[in-house]
Amino acid sequence: MPELSEARPDGGSNGTALKIDCDVHPGVPTVEALMPYMDDYWVDEFRNRQIDGLEIATYPPNAPLSCRPDWRRDGERPGADRDQLSDVVLDTFGSDIAICNPVYGGLVALSEQMAAVLCRATNCWIAEQWLDRDPRLRSSIVVPAQNPILAAEEIERCAADARFVQIMLLVANELLLGRQYYWPIYEAAQKHGLPICIHAGSMYRYPTTPSGWPSHYLQDYAATPQLFTAQMQNLMSEGALARFPGITFVLAESGISWLPPYMWRASRTWKGVRGEVPWIKRAPSAEVRDRFRVTLQPFDVTDDHDRIEKLVEQIGGEHMLLFSSDFPHWQFDGDDPVPSAMPEHLVRKMRTDNPLSIYTRLREDK
Amino acid sequence: MVQSERRLKRGRQGEFVSKHVVARVEDIGPGERRVVTVRNRPIVIFNLDGEFFGLLNRCPHQAASLSQGIQAGFAIAEVPGTERCIRRGEFIRCPWHGWEYDIRTGQSWCDPESILVRRFKVERVPGSELVKGPFVAETVEVSTDEEYIYVEA
Repeated sequence: MPELSEARPDGGSNGTALKIDCDVHPGVPTVEALMPYMDDYWVDEFRNRQIDGLEIATYPPNAPLSCRPDWRRDGERPGADRDQLSDVVLDTFGSDIAICNPVYGGLVALSEQMAAVLCRATNCWIAEQWLDRDPRLRSSIVVPAQNPILAAEEIERCAADARFVQIMLLVANELLLGRQYYWPIYEAAQKHGLPICIHAGSMYRYPTTPSGWPSHYLQDYAATPQLFTAQMQNLMSEGALARFPGITFVLAESGISWLPPYMWRASRTWKGVRGEVPWIKRAPSAEVRDRFRVTLQPFDVTDDHDRIEKLVEQIGGEHMLLFSSDFPHWQFDGDDPVPSAMPEHLVRKMRTDNPLSIYTRLREDK
Repeated sequence: MVQSERRLKRGRQGEFVSKHVVARVEDIGPGERRVVTVRNRPIVIFNLDGEFFGLLNRCPHQAASLSQGIQAGFAIAEVPGTERCIRRGEFIRCPWHGWEYDIRTGQSWCDPESILVRRFKVERVPGSELVKGPFVAETVEVSTDEEYIYVEA
């Protein structure tokens, strides 16, 4: 197993607290880049069928949000340049560690087998082409949720490498994520102490709103909190949280501002219908605070000190925020992903304490 | 009719309470309930297998009459597929929003520390004891050969 970075929980490279970026996106340049990690059958199939361009439809490469203009490289997929990612995310933003979330076609392919092949190849590619070359990088394990048995096998395969620190799923799949259909994934996650990251993005098996297809990218992206709400509620209600008490769920690129109204409504409703879901033994707001975390960007709150404090107070969740730049997505300008009005005590927590509290592999000296 | 001098004693919260005969035991059968008014307060009396309990007939949420709610057991489970019902009939669900209250304690299940219904002590007493007092029996005809229910309020 490759050596881990010299970075330690007790101090980053500059002797201060370890700073962690919990959501960055390396771009797979072409399917050709993954072929060294596939068997011959699949190499030939991708070539014979001339399949490429497997970026997921949630992030079309040319969409403004998919890449900040000053980070675009002519002829390259967003985030495909490893040196650029390290320069921006680690050196410019001042993080000691960054967690890669490679959002790519294996997560959405209709064929279960092709999905598994692509996810496996993506994990191998990340390990060899990124983690081996910059010891400050870590990664999520991408898995084919289209087939939870194969997904669990991929978790087993990758979990041996401590640089994989969590498992990534998309927020919109073929079923709601609390269903027992998905529990093999959670069995494997709990066994290895890995958080589950639920990232924005859809398999597009259903419209992007529960009431039908919208016409614009704006609607897709702005309506995303509905999906996160549904998954949070479903993981609780179907008993997945109760069955897998060791798993923390990270909502990535979910935004934050929608949390208080959801928590209020869920807790209020639960009081009257608790008997439907007796495994929920405390108010949903308490479950959310205990079992879920959220990444910083896109930060969908006005950059105003008092409003941010108020929101975090309403969530009851200073411990819930995880710093993220969401590189290369265009969520902010300038060189600091943290909004200028963010209270200092929250910055320290989100950059260091909160990530370390859930990413146990970042604390381990293996 | 037994007339007793109203000798007051202090209740749990320091207020004066007295013992009010509100019904004959046979008026409220096992599993049944009845609303009585004592010192202008509506109190719902429950019979749980011969044990009597009294709650203020007002949900602390929005004051619905708890006596109109469904009396049921309590659902428990660790995960889906392990659902069980315990303490059948010992919880009253508010008819408006379904909040559950433990008839024995008045405590809500959703937030037992801060949401609870006021509880009144309810006891059985033979008619022959009533003459010894102190009891208030303003609305119930009492005779010495029957058993009665009184509420401390």
